[in-house]
Amino acid sequence: MSWFTKTFTSSIGRKIIMSITGLFLCSFLVIHLVGNLQLFKHDNGAAFNIYSHFMGTNPIIRTIEWVLVLGFGFHIYEAIALTGKNKKARGTGYVVNHSEQNSEWTSRNMGLLGTVILVFLIVHLYNFFWRARFGELDPDINNNDDLYTLVVSSFQQWWYVALYVLAQVSLGYHLWHGFRSAFQTLGLNHRKYTPVIKAVGYGFAVIVSATFAAMPLYFFLGLDKIQ
Amino acid sequence: MAGSNPNAKPMNLTLNVWRQPNRDAQGQIVEYKVKDISPDMSFLEMLDVLNEDLLHQGQDPVAFDHDCREGICGSCDLFINGRSHGPEKGTTTCQLHMRKFSDGDTITIEPWRAHAFPVNKDLSVDRSAFDRIIQAGGYVNVNTGGAPDGNEIPIPKDIADRAFEAATCIGCGACVAACKNASAMLFVSAKVSQLALLPQGQVERKTRVENMVAQMDIEGFGACTNIGSCAAECPVGISLENIAMLNREFLAAKATSNNLA
Ligand code: HEM
Ligand code: SF4
Ligand code: FES
Repeated sequence: MSWFTKTFTSSIGRKIIMSITGLFLCSFLVIHLVGNLQLFKHDNGAAFNIYSHFMGTNPIIRTIEWVLVLGFGFHIYEAIALTGKNKKARGTGYVVNHSEQNSEWTSRNMGLLGTVILVFLIVHLYNFFWRARFGELDPDINNNDDLYTLVVSSFQQWWYVALYVLAQVSLGYHLWHGFRSAFQTLGLNHRKYTPVIKAVGYGFAVIVSATFAAMPLYFFLGLDKIQ
Repeated sequence: MAGSNPNAKPMNLTLNVWRQPNRDAQGQIVEYKVKDISPDMSFLEMLDVLNEDLLHQGQDPVAFDHDCREGICGSCDLFINGRSHGPEKGTTTCQLHMRKFSDGDTITIEPWRAHAFPVNKDLSVDRSAFDRIIQAGGYVNVNTGGAPDGNEIPIPKDIADRAFEAATCIGCGACVAACKNASAMLFVSAKVSQLALLPQGQVERKTRVENMVAQMDIEGFGACTNIGSCAAECPVGISLENIAMLNREFLAAKATSNNLA
């Protein structure tokens, strides 16, 4: 094995990939969240459809999209590789284990939380991304594909809204631990900055997941109809 | 006895102890009762009482690891009531006293659980994987000849303190035992940090971290997910800052060492 493959197949190397892709996915979440705020505009989706048309056709965005695919790909691949290795490293489990007395639940369940996010991601991509990119959507008043109407109608179904809220709670917990953990993995631990990174991470986790979760709830509860 | 509490009442306890005849055998929890345990006894002395009872009854005593019984050798690897070295923070099993328990308690005692730490017998565990990690790089080479003047290599107090803190690791394995991933990162990071901070450690600095991490993976320890249970259970308080330093050292070494293999 060359030094390069050795580095990135070692347990620390894999963690470095996890943390870089994880932080990259956090930056994606910010863009995605800010864009989706258009859903809250009272314009029958005109602004949202302009935004989604731009995201679906702009060549720069379409190129970055592939980086995003790679980011998810590596993150998920390393998650499976590390979680498997870590399960094997324990071997026989304890009869009595009070790990809740020495650590946080979220930090011990990143794989479980990630799996919920993955299931959500598949459903979410099929329903919105796939149908927007490859399906037939009716045009809106500006002659853009009317993704907005699909979003609104999807969010009338209780099970769909429930899946979204569950996924966002999982994402929130994933980031509650993941954000600060990524800095620690990269070796960025310092008594001056680590408390700040922790605080920012907790804020980030709550704000991002709560705002995403507000979107399906907003339409399900009919808040878009209140003028 | 000096320092003992004359009002402390002896305790009767139920012990759920992991029994396993040898490495390859199936183990199981076996229940025992111990009577008249003084609250001033250490946990290991309580086990000595159990073993004496078992010997008197013609039964096989419970194998467990111990040596110094004063908190410095790191041998006493017991997982007690779901915690490394039991419920008390910052202690080894030999320094855990029975006054932390109450009359009538049930105590579950298990060996460290890690693929890299096979069970020898009952509660006794083979921790030689740690020795092999140290052999892979946890040392410094020293030239022979006359002893150099200690003051010739000045080390700032701040650095010396940090290196000393890392050097207090006793190699007990409580970090591995507590970690969900049975990761040895805290142990490895303590040695790597200690030697990377000191001038004497500079010669092997890059090769050391590369080889120790490689050995850690070969032994089958897990990868750190920054859970923090290791540092919470470490009897000497090795901190997570050391793991961050290990990651920095590892990345820097991989990027700049002359080792192509
Ligand atoms: C938008 C989606 C996601 C974001 C923003 C995200 C972010 C992160 C971050 C920042 C970390 C911390 C990295 C570290 O500790 O160094 C992390 C860890 C982790 N993620 Fe994700 N993640 C996402 C999706 C997923 C998915 C879909 C899975 C599972 C299939 C997953 C599984 C994991 C696991 C298992 C870890 C812990 C790995 C470890 O610490 O060794 N994540 N994630
Ligand atoms: S780091 Fe702490 S818990 Fe781990 S082996 Fe060293 S002393 Fe024991
Ligand atoms: S027996 Fe030596 S540390 Fe406990």
